[in-house]
Amino acid sequence: MEMIKADKLIFEYEKRDEEGNVISTSRAVDEVDLDIKPGDFIAILGHNGSGKSTLAKHMNAILVPTDGSMWVDGKDTSREEHIWDIRQSAGMVFQNPDNQIIAAVVEEDVGFGPENLGVPTEEIWERVEESLRSVGMISYRHHSPNKLSGGQKQRVAIAGVLAMRPKCIVLDEPTAMLDPNGRKEVLKSVAELRQKENITVILITHYMEEVVDADHVIVMDHGHIVMQGTPREIFSQVEELKRYRLDVPQVTLLADELRKRGLDVPAGILKKEELVNALCR
Amino acid sequence: MIRDITIGQYYPAASKIHMLDPRVKIICTLLYLISLFTFKNLAGYVFAAVFLAVCVRLAKVPFKYIMRGLKPIIVLLLITVLFNLFLTPGGEILFTFWRFKVTEQGLRTAVYMTIRLIFLITGASLMTLTTTPNALTDGLEKMLNPLNRIKVPVHEISMIMSIALRFIPILLEETDKIMKAQTARGADLESGNIIQKAKAMVPILVPLFVSAFRRANDLAMAMEARCYRGGAGRTKMKPLIYNRRDYIAYAVMAVYMIAAFSAGRYLPFHVWIF
Ligand SMILES: Nc1ncnc2c1ncn2[C@@H]1O[C@H](COP(=O)(O)OP(=O)(O)OP(=O)(O)O)[C@@H](O)[C@H]1O
Ligand SMILES: [Mg+2]
Repeated sequence: MEMIKADKLIFEYEKRDEEGNVISTSRAVDEVDLDIKPGDFIAILGHNGSGKSTLAKHMNAILVPTDGSMWVDGKDTSREEHIWDIRQSAGMVFQNPDNQIIAAVVEEDVGFGPENLGVPTEEIWERVEESLRSVGMISYRHHSPNKLSGGQKQRVAIAGVLAMRPKCIVLDEPTAMLDPNGRKEVLKSVAELRQKENITVILITHYMEEVVDADHVIVMDHGHIVMQGTPREIFSQVEELKRYRLDVPQVTLLADELRKRGLDVPAGILKKEELVNALCR
Repeated sequence: MIRDITIGQYYPAASKIHMLDPRVKIICTLLYLISLFTFKNLAGYVFAAVFLAVCVRLAKVPFKYIMRGLKPIIVLLLITVLFNLFLTPGGEILFTFWRFKVTEQGLRTAVYMTIRLIFLITGASLMTLTTTPNALTDGLEKMLNPLNRIKVPVHEISMIMSIALRFIPILLEETDKIMKAQTARGADLESGNIIQKAKAMVPILVPLFVSAFRRANDLAMAMEARCYRGGAGRTKMKPLIYNRRDYIAYAVMAVYMIAAFSAGRYLPFHVWIF
């Protein structure tokens, strides 16, 4: 069974006047099909306004499709009775670290999800400890979130989702507001999760460097899926990526230029070391 | 500078008072405040002073922290003293000052009122200094729980309070940032009369409100994404459970109440006119 499956998913934002009549609609997601298997690491790329966040919110039943359908862990998100199951099995981490931490103490924030699920007190403590440990934030458990760095706050947010024991975690530009160090921290935590806990990860970003380790990359533009494939397949189409206004990593660009000038460099170079190896052969 | 404001002004320390259940502290503080108003002679106040001093000592809060809480009420204190001193009739006239007469009764009320106010503020700040804001809202939630039956949304109110407390420092920081940004664009926040100053606040308040609403929207989404659906069916990570020390505290409080009440009313302990 697929972890996440979308079938011709369409979502339109409606603009309403004072009486609540729809005056205009804008289509943010347009006929998207998805098939995400358990344990996959999927990256979704796209320029601003391409509909990534809108799509992500469907995976958590925060939004329900205008047309078409979305299943999470085999459950239809448009059915009211499944909402809480879906939100438990697909956790979500948002962009702004300040606006998703609810409690005034780190450990209490991590406990917020399990509290909502009605988990017994002792088990909440176990889960909180385990989750904080797996993102490497256990020594900050008694701290106030206000005194943490951006990267640390995002790791707390990830721990908060983990404590709900999800099968899948959707991260919507978790690194967009962080400095390079914070970005590294967060990505490292995400990578570890995937290896240790075998959780399905869906990472939304517009930093292409962050997707090189993904199993599958999806590129969105104007609500459509315009490209998909392995990172190597995607990165070898430099011209097309540029057309969708994505910032291709410098190594990939350099390798592409070299290849165009006739050097024997394979297409779709992802990392510095690969280019070095290719050139020094 | 704006960040110096501390709300809730919790003073972290490992003391017996800090460890008490917030409900104990709320109830005992209330009882203490009530006791202050029952005294008819000096004996009661002596009793209350000793009790308060012992509590402060047990709480391991430095004296200057407690004093800091008194600063804002100095003006209020002075006004109360002056009014009571000069405008209370009754009893022998002790001395006249220009047109005002200071009576025995006036002096007595003024002194008692001052002591009362000082003890009242000290007692209340001892509670906030030794209890985290979150523990306070938790305690209130649990205490007001019976009101749920008459449809008072107790859980929601306490959730609102704790979220507000969490966002106060964030919004203060943001205000600071916006003020700096507007000053850098040439906004003049300092000079002018009151109306001009109020007008100068508009370019600060508008972005602040916009951002606060955006934050509220984001936060609501994040809470829903983590399965928040109100108080029903929710468990607690840190449930409030009374311990032995809490029962002891209640017992001590009961003894104090009885002793202070009877002393303050019936003990014939007088110094001069007090
Ligand atoms: N609440 C809303 N109401 C109306 N339109 C919206 C709303 N949220 C997003 N949109 C529109 O939907 C489209 C897709 O937005 P979305 O936020 O999904 O893009 P995104 O890919 O996440 O962009 P970004 O990289 O900026 O986060 C945009 O054109 C946007 O203007
Ligand atoms: Mg987005």
